[in-house]
Amino acid sequence: MKYFPLLWAALWRKKARTIFTLLSITVAFLLFGMLQGVNAGFNQAVEKANVNRLITTSSIALTENLPYGDLAQIEALPGVAGVAHASWFGPYYQDPKNFVFSFPVEPERYFGIYPELILPKEQLQAFINTRTGAVIGADLARKYGWKIGDRVPLHSTIWTKPDGTSDWNFDVVGIYENPTDRAQENAFFFNYKYFDEGRSFSKGTVGWYIVRVKDPTQSAQIAAAVDKLFANSPDETKTETEKEFQQAFLKQIGDINMIVTYILFAVFFALLFATGSTMMQSVRERVPELAVLKTLGFSDTSVLTLVLCESLLLCLLAAALGLIAAWALFPGLKDTLGVVKLPTVVIVEGVVVAVLLAFITGIFPAWRAKRLDIVEALRG
Amino acid sequence: MSAIVSLHNVVKTYTRGKQTVEVLHNLSIDIAQGDFVALMGPSGSGKTTLLNLIGGLDRPSKGEVNVAGERIDQLSSGQLAKWRARHVGFVFQFYNLMPMLTAERNVELPLLLTNLSSAQRKQNVQAALTVVGLAERAKHKPAELSGGQAQRVAIARALVADPTLLVCDEPTGDLDRTTADEILHLLQMLNKDHGKTIVMVTHDPKAAEFASHQLHLDKGQLVEGSAHA
Repeated sequence: MKYFPLLWAALWRKKARTIFTLLSITVAFLLFGMLQGVNAGFNQAVEKANVNRLITTSSIALTENLPYGDLAQIEALPGVAGVAHASWFGPYYQDPKNFVFSFPVEPERYFGIYPELILPKEQLQAFINTRTGAVIGADLARKYGWKIGDRVPLHSTIWTKPDGTSDWNFDVVGIYENPTDRAQENAFFFNYKYFDEGRSFSKGTVGWYIVRVKDPTQSAQIAAAVDKLFANSPDETKTETEKEFQQAFLKQIGDINMIVTYILFAVFFALLFATGSTMMQSVRERVPELAVLKTLGFSDTSVLTLVLCESLLLCLLAAALGLIAAWALFPGLKDTLGVVKLPTVVIVEGVVVAVLLAFITGIFPAWRAKRLDIVEALRG
Repeated sequence: MSAIVSLHNVVKTYTRGKQTVEVLHNLSIDIAQGDFVALMGPSGSGKTTLLNLIGGLDRPSKGEVNVAGERIDQLSSGQLAKWRARHVGFVFQFYNLMPMLTAERNVELPLLLTNLSSAQRKQNVQAALTVVGLAERAKHKPAELSGGQAQRVAIARALVADPTLLVCDEPTGDLDRTTADEILHLLQMLNKDHGKTIVMVTHDPKAAEFASHQLHLDKGQLVEGSAHA
């Protein structure tokens, strides 16, 4: 601690240069925080996937619908505890930028399969009884100030009505919570019957099935059994665990992990040169000062440590600023990604990267400072 | 009085490219404790090289260097650094203060290597700045000080750890006559009132007059008849 004033003063010896270097490292760590946060958020969502649930989709593509009639056949399979279905409605509220994650479902089936979605019994009953009823997540309700009794119009980007319009009206009859994962409180569920009767095409179909199994160890066999049911039919299926389904879904966007890794590698590789040259220049300018420290009795190792600590101070300070900024900005991605806060593991990774960056960029100038010959250095 | 600095048959050579230059030739000197010695001589005579050997900044090519009871030519780099911190205070021609630190932080630097608490360090810094008459400029940075004031800060830094020996390389070389005399009076006071042994390199005969002894070097050897002041 007693060396801190010396380190701090050395760091700010050339204010403009330090500020620019600090900013470039801060921006790199902001990027690191956001990208790694997205990656970690996706991974968390996959990890949280329920082991009791299978997802059955069309084997052709996720966007292909399946006949509603498949439900009874799947439900009849041994080892199946329950079946629900959902479809992609793809609507927005008032403005295209207000995208809403909305799904037509059969209330009893869906909330039975997803016990983590907490909905009071009377609200579930109201949902069942109200044709235009909708149940929304607590977070979504907060976002638009919606409450039970409100009439909400949504504009679907996919589903038109026979009259050619795409505006659908709903009555909010319930608000669900998900205490195990607050990021999942942003969905908008409404009655499948209302949807199926109201749409102009693809009637009698669903987007995908959710199959709850009695014994998770039997998941693979049941998945195979489901797909076998519809083999060689016009609507062949692909059944996988919820985790595999989510992974496959994310792969459609791209290999997030690989993209993030490549971007960050490029950013930090460039940063190594920028920070490294700043540190080299800083030490080169201070050769006489470092020689004076040695004259006063600072050992070669002490001087090496001081320069390394200076590099560490610069990188940790910038990393802290960048990661704090990422932490503050991250909730802004909630609507897009459904991830509420920057995972702690990203902060820890950021600190480790900052230490590594400090060491790599600091070790060469520090080594040079260590090997400095006092007499030569003082002679200038 | 016992010798605090004792050099025997010291040879110092430098290699410049393929050429080897002998700067000091079998030099032997004894400097008594409490002495104030001015090392004089023309440029290239080896004054600064000799000072560097006495201050433990450099090692001889041959011969023995005993300072403050230690054979310093045999110490490792790390041991020599510790020895310098304990025994030697340095004053340079161009002050060599850290430009980004205040006067008090500059003076505190040698104390960072000790086990003194923050409060004790502060007390010692204050005392050293008071001795050189700059207590009220403690919070000023070197750029905010005059040349004379900066050199006083450098002297306070050299003094603060209570070294056995003060080594000064042209301490007045960058100052006008009046300021130089003030600095030399200060060094004289430190020698007489505080008993500090001082070895000072200077070109200036007037500065040398402040010392108790003058040693003249020429071509790496002591000139016969180096006189007492």
